[in-house]
Amino acid sequence: MSAADLGGRQATAALALPYAIELKGISKAFGSVQANKDINIAIPRGTIHGIIGENGAGKSTLMSILYGFYRADSGQILVNGAPVTIPDSQSAIRAGIGMVFQHFKLVQNFSVLENVILGAEDGPMLNSSLAKARKILGDLSREYELDVDPDALIEDLSVGHQQRVEILKALYRQAEILILDEPTGVLTPDEADHLFRILRGLRDQGKTIVLITHKLREIMETTDNVSVMRRGTMVATVKTAETSPESLAELMVGRKVLLEVEKKPSKVGEIVLSVKNLAVKDEHGVTRLKGVSFDIRAGEILGIAGVAGNGQSELLDALGGIAAASGVVVLNGAKLPLTGPRANGKARRDAGIAHVPEDRQSLGLIMDFAAWENVGFGYHDDPRYQKNAWLMDNEALRADTASKMATYDVRPPIPTLPAKSFSGGNQQKIVVAREMDRNPELLLIGQPTRGVDIGAIEFIHKQIIALRDAGSAVLLVSVELDEIMSLSDRVLVMFDGQIMGERVPAQTDERELGMMMAGMGAK
Amino acid sequence: MDFATFLQISDTALRFATPLLLACLAGLFSERAGIFDIGLEGKMLMAAMSAGAVAAMTGSVLLGLFAAILGSLMFAAVHGLASITFRGNQLIAGVALNFVASGITVLIAESMFGQGGRTPPLTGAARFANIDLPFAETLRAVPVLGPFYAEVVSGHTILVYVALALVPISWWVLYRTRFGLRLRAVGENPASVDTAGVSVVQLRFSAVIIAGVLCGLAGAYMSTGLQAGFGREMTAGRGYIALAALIFAKWRPWQALWATLLFGFLQALALRPDVVESMTRVAIPVPFLDALPYILTVIVLAGFVGKAIPPRAGGEPYVKER
Amino acid sequence: MTKLPTWADVGLVPLISLTLAALVSAGVLLAIGQSPMQALTVMVNGALGSSYAWGYTLYYATSFIFTGLAVTVAFHAGLFNIGGEGQAQLGGLGVALVCLALPWPHWTIALLAAMFGAALFGAAWAAIPAYLQAKRGSHIVITTIMFNYIAAALLIYLLVNVLRPDGQMDPASANFPASAHLPQFQEIPILQGLFQRFGADGLPRLNAQGMPMYQQVPANVTFLIAILACVLVWVMLWHTRLGFAIRAFGKSEKAAVYAGISPLRIIMIAMLISGALAGLMAINNVMGQSERLVQNSASGAGFIGIAVALMGRNHPLGIFLAAVLFGFLFQGGAALGLETDIPIELRTVVQGLVILFTGALDQMVRMLLGAFFAKKGAT
Repeated sequence: MSAADLGGRQATAALALPYAIELKGISKAFGSVQANKDINIAIPRGTIHGIIGENGAGKSTLMSILYGFYRADSGQILVNGAPVTIPDSQSAIRAGIGMVFQHFKLVQNFSVLENVILGAEDGPMLNSSLAKARKILGDLSREYELDVDPDALIEDLSVGHQQRVEILKALYRQAEILILDEPTGVLTPDEADHLFRILRGLRDQGKTIVLITHKLREIMETTDNVSVMRRGTMVATVKTAETSPESLAELMVGRKVLLEVEKKPSKVGEIVLSVKNLAVKDEHGVTRLKGVSFDIRAGEILGIAGVAGNGQSELLDALGGIAAASGVVVLNGAKLPLTGPRANGKARRDAGIAHVPEDRQSLGLIMDFAAWENVGFGYHDDPRYQKNAWLMDNEALRADTASKMATYDVRPPIPTLPAKSFSGGNQQKIVVAREMDRNPELLLIGQPTRGVDIGAIEFIHKQIIALRDAGSAVLLVSVELDEIMSLSDRVLVMFDGQIMGERVPAQTDERELGMMMAGMGAK
Repeated sequence: MDFATFLQISDTALRFATPLLLACLAGLFSERAGIFDIGLEGKMLMAAMSAGAVAAMTGSVLLGLFAAILGSLMFAAVHGLASITFRGNQLIAGVALNFVASGITVLIAESMFGQGGRTPPLTGAARFANIDLPFAETLRAVPVLGPFYAEVVSGHTILVYVALALVPISWWVLYRTRFGLRLRAVGENPASVDTAGVSVVQLRFSAVIIAGVLCGLAGAYMSTGLQAGFGREMTAGRGYIALAALIFAKWRPWQALWATLLFGFLQALALRPDVVESMTRVAIPVPFLDALPYILTVIVLAGFVGKAIPPRAGGEPYVKER
Repeated sequence: MTKLPTWADVGLVPLISLTLAALVSAGVLLAIGQSPMQALTVMVNGALGSSYAWGYTLYYATSFIFTGLAVTVAFHAGLFNIGGEGQAQLGGLGVALVCLALPWPHWTIALLAAMFGAALFGAAWAAIPAYLQAKRGSHIVITTIMFNYIAAALLIYLLVNVLRPDGQMDPASANFPASAHLPQFQEIPILQGLFQRFGADGLPRLNAQGMPMYQQVPANVTFLIAILACVLVWVMLWHTRLGFAIRAFGKSEKAAVYAGISPLRIIMIAMLISGALAGLMAINNVMGQSERLVQNSASGAGFIGIAVALMGRNHPLGIFLAAVLFGFLFQGGAALGLETDIPIELRTVVQGLVILFTGALDQMVRMLLGAFFAKKGAT
């Protein structure tokens, strides 16, 4: 047999098995919600394949099916050309699939080594497993720039390092296919770049990477091919080099995206909020907000840009009265207490600060409460909702809820329905209605459109602009640069608990802001 | 307190500490796997009755021990079913089982023996015999340690030594074996175990079953070692004291030994108010000594003596995240 | 899982849980060679068959209403108060101290003062675990269990060494003065007729003064106070700002903080109310019935409160119904102990089973029902 023959045979074999994963006709429903509808996709081996789509498009469900967390209602999965069934994670691991979840699945008080071998031990005794893992981990670290101290406890590691442990876990299990679900949501740009270097290294060694994200930039920079999901269906799979962010965005939302929000020039008034040297420590005593200072005037929207976890949440918590802080905060000339019993959400509301929190499901709403109770939530001592000194006027609150639901287009407009029965967008509208309808002096609003459908996004954006035009000051925190750019009158960029600088949207671009968010650029 | 009295009280303390230690280790396995177990008391009680009844009927303490483990396991199975399979409230399940045990033990004992809910007194082979350890008498001459060995360490039933041996064994299982690693992981973050392809349900059930077996030993010791027969409510809150010791020990095996020895010692002292009075020169009320383990536990829980951090996923049923 | 209609979730789930508990209990009875039917007959007769029986059933129910409400108020704040037993015993201490303190001119004044004492002592006993939970994060389930034992020890000490009158053997306080006696049902004019005693000839029996004689029952005016407590707790939870804050905090502590609701304040207030309610139970048993403080005065009613609250779905109306049911169980169980070979402990078994099915296996019951409704929906 000649060498040429052999080469030819190998090429044929490679052609016969070009795909690491093929999904054929995958469907999955949760109750009446069709999360995945007839999904077909083929991912070539040795590539980085992006899957992009809005929140709730069905990306995570699809990957959970691939990792054995859910079983598809119908359809077929092929790994390396062979049909497989993946009833549980064990089968996925055996098929060579590794998964890095958005929320890491690590044991906080275990060492890196213990986390890596968990579930993949060699025998009933630990010592030999640990010794072997130590050696393999050393090799992997060198090969892929994945250095972590094997004896460090997870709770002592940074988020970026914890993610590396997750990748090491998958590689230790000899995963050939690595799925990463929104891996950069919690990373600094630097850490994200490092991650992508690692991923490219893995691809060059022949591994297949599936990258799930809703960030177009990552897709464009990192992937070889990209599939777009929309409302549970796979709408397109294209070569990344042959597409553009604009056309991907259009595919994602199903129509031209209106990133521009119509707004008149702002008519700024007096300083409403003045913040000086505001600092917040977390429960472990680590300073998360490292002394920020800024002013907001009446009738303007101040946007705070930054990667999640750079102190924006702490800023909102401190101003909203949830977290104790140090520094000076002056609202309309009056100093606000930042610690002690008078630094709480109620006192802030009384002072005229409304707060739409970043996490509506765990902070902004009580999911088991009815809509009308949620409209009263935080304002339940409002005199309008009282019958007399002792009793609340639930009827008045229900009536007020009905009128707010009409104004803010909450669907279905039924005040007695529990919050958990509404969609994400309508839940957010309930919170927005409650907080904005009082024309507050200052509105704190975090991630106003996270997990909210397009229609509701437009509506909420218009409400924010309307509030500003009515003369309120607005502090907007968002990790979506588009949102910051289109809504804000001024933008502050936060990095590592500090303000990196201030820009006016018209005089900057996403590139410059991105650099500042990564901790670079002028102070 | 003279040395002879000290030895006497220490001897009693070890006897009292044994059921506490066994139940405490039972709680250790269960809670380390993320299942809070308030039902130690009920399982012990059920085991004590089963052992007493079967030993009385057959005259064989070994059959009694077997029955004790079986009885305790039945309750453990229900606890597992409620808190693992049906993701119910673990605390409420434990409380409920304690009530069931409190009533049903009397019902069964009464219907079997008609002696007011007691089992007949056990004698001979129906009880665990005391074992004299080798050289107990020869070494007695050695000052201090000799009498301690002969009086305190030697002369207990086999279950006492089993309980003591279970301390290093538990440590070894938890920290040196694959099973222990997974067990601890499932109590800290069950998702880590689940995504690693290991069954959370199986692991938690094994932990609950181990707890059942250990409570079986504890209960058997109550009715066939410490006492000669079962009496209603004979565990008298020992399950709760074991729980207290577990918190005291911060969920660790060796510390569990020291905590239960301390609580056993307090219980032994409560029997000898004269000794306490002669030592402190003030009359300490017996009820105060009885309550001391509970008071100490509250102090520990309040974090005045180091912070007791329970396993992170404890008490929470595991539901897969999307 | 199929979502249940509200009426099924509220009404059927407890009913089926109860049925399951009854079936298992019947199985236990069969296993020990007794007849469940006979047991049920004896229980029904003993607890409901006469005004005398009702007098006992409602007496027990009164205690259970208080302890059930106590568990419920804490539950709505997300706190599992297992300490009702100890708080009720301390409440008894409060009642005893008040009743023995003064020669009360009239029972109404004594009652008001004793209520204050009971509530104060019960609340105080709940305050420490509450504070430790709020400030130090000590798990309230464990601390309240510990406080039950500490309460028992404390009361033994006080009854033996402090409150016991000279020359008395049993560890109990002195008898309360007659002026602190609460009217029992047979002494309340409009109810009196129900408890009249008749001779074998069918004629009313008369005493030496020629007045009609009445059956003496322990149920007393406290029953009315218990009903009032149900109403007040309902109003508090669903129609006041405090209740709103308690329920919000119980559903989500994080969200409550966001809304400016102070965890310390809510934990303390909810537990103080809970402890006060548990303590108030002592009006019924200590002041209304035994008329002196005895050892283990709460006799398990604090624990039954857990079953009552779970069975009553943490709603005052449900608690009232569940308390009467448990009153039936308690009195019926006592009748079993007297009239059959079935030990009185059967009621502890039923109590445990009810807690198990309503509190821990509720998911199973819901799944069973859900399957049923799904099938019904399909056909």
